[in-house]
Amino acid sequence: MEEVRSFLRKQAEGDLLPWKQQVFASTFFGLTIGQVEKIALELGFLPSRYQRNRNTISVSDQLRIFKTHVAVIGCGGLGGYIVEELTRLGIGHITAVDPDVFEEHNLNRQLYSSPEMLGKPKVEAAQKRVTEINPAVTLTPLKCAFSTLNGVDILQNVDIVVDALDSITVRLELSDICSEAKIPLVHGAIGGWYGQVSTQFPGEDTLQKIYSRATNGKGVEKGLGNPSFTPAVIASLQVAEVCKIIIGQGSTLAKRKLHINLLDMEIIEIQY
Amino acid sequence: MKVTIKLFATFRTGRFGEETRDYNPGITVGDILTELNLPSEEIGATLINHRHVEEDQQLQEDDILSIFPLVGGG
Repeated sequence: MEEVRSFLRKQAEGDLLPWKQQVFASTFFGLTIGQVEKIALELGFLPSRYQRNRNTISVSDQLRIFKTHVAVIGCGGLGGYIVEELTRLGIGHITAVDPDVFEEHNLNRQLYSSPEMLGKPKVEAAQKRVTEINPAVTLTPLKCAFSTLNGVDILQNVDIVVDALDSITVRLELSDICSEAKIPLVHGAIGGWYGQVSTQFPGEDTLQKIYSRATNGKGVEKGLGNPSFTPAVIASLQVAEVCKIIIGQGSTLAKRKLHINLLDMEIIEIQY
Repeated sequence: MKVTIKLFATFRTGRFGEETRDYNPGITVGDILTELNLPSEEIGATLINHRHVEEDQQLQEDDILSIFPLVGGG
């Protein structure tokens, strides 16, 4: 391993590790791109792809991000954008969970859908995309529906969970399992021009409060559907929450929910 | 007593965005939901002065009651 460190020290340009050298080290020493990334970050070298992060996210924070395992539950409108942004952020391990294949009505908003992907599993599309844009990231695709039967197993060794589900009933089950396993949960939901975001830490019951009156598993999205821009907005807010949980900066949406109205451009904070 | 009601998202359709109304003391959030014909199962959040409250909460003079529909898509 000292050989790898020595190589990286020689090939780094300042404190940046160019992509070409990361790939060379991976091939030459028989390591994965991710393994090289971890060694480089531990040495204080920033893979050059993250150089525009550096005044926002330090090299040591980038290492913390790389060491984090995030589960994205649901890989549709929200989930596609969430996976994309987590991957570019440099999360080391993402588990993506969704039972569905792409259908024509997904094409208006789901990032990884396209005519040629119709009929293909959403989690496979996510894995293919992650490999293309950031091979340092490992994405584990789970083509199954999250439930109380498999939830505990799915969330083994997961540090943070992102809720990108389309069912209120399953969300509440996810919330219970996260509470039991003491895992922070970043909640997001969308419907038409509207969306909401909140973060629930272990010991809190924000999701139960948000959905205390829900009886049929759906909200305004049942009538309104979802346009292209709402998932992108809410997903981005969720990923910002994930980033802050990892690096411990700023203020999260703990015990708060943002209600976002893109029709009138209103953002309302609700305290729980 | 005067209470301001703010409706959000789809609840504005056919109703209003913001209105100040006169009520007798003791009126609850649930009473106002019934008056506005807003079914309980469609309610996402009810707030008084930005804080989450349940339906049995009584309102006070000059309270602002905000009512949001459920949002659950992904």
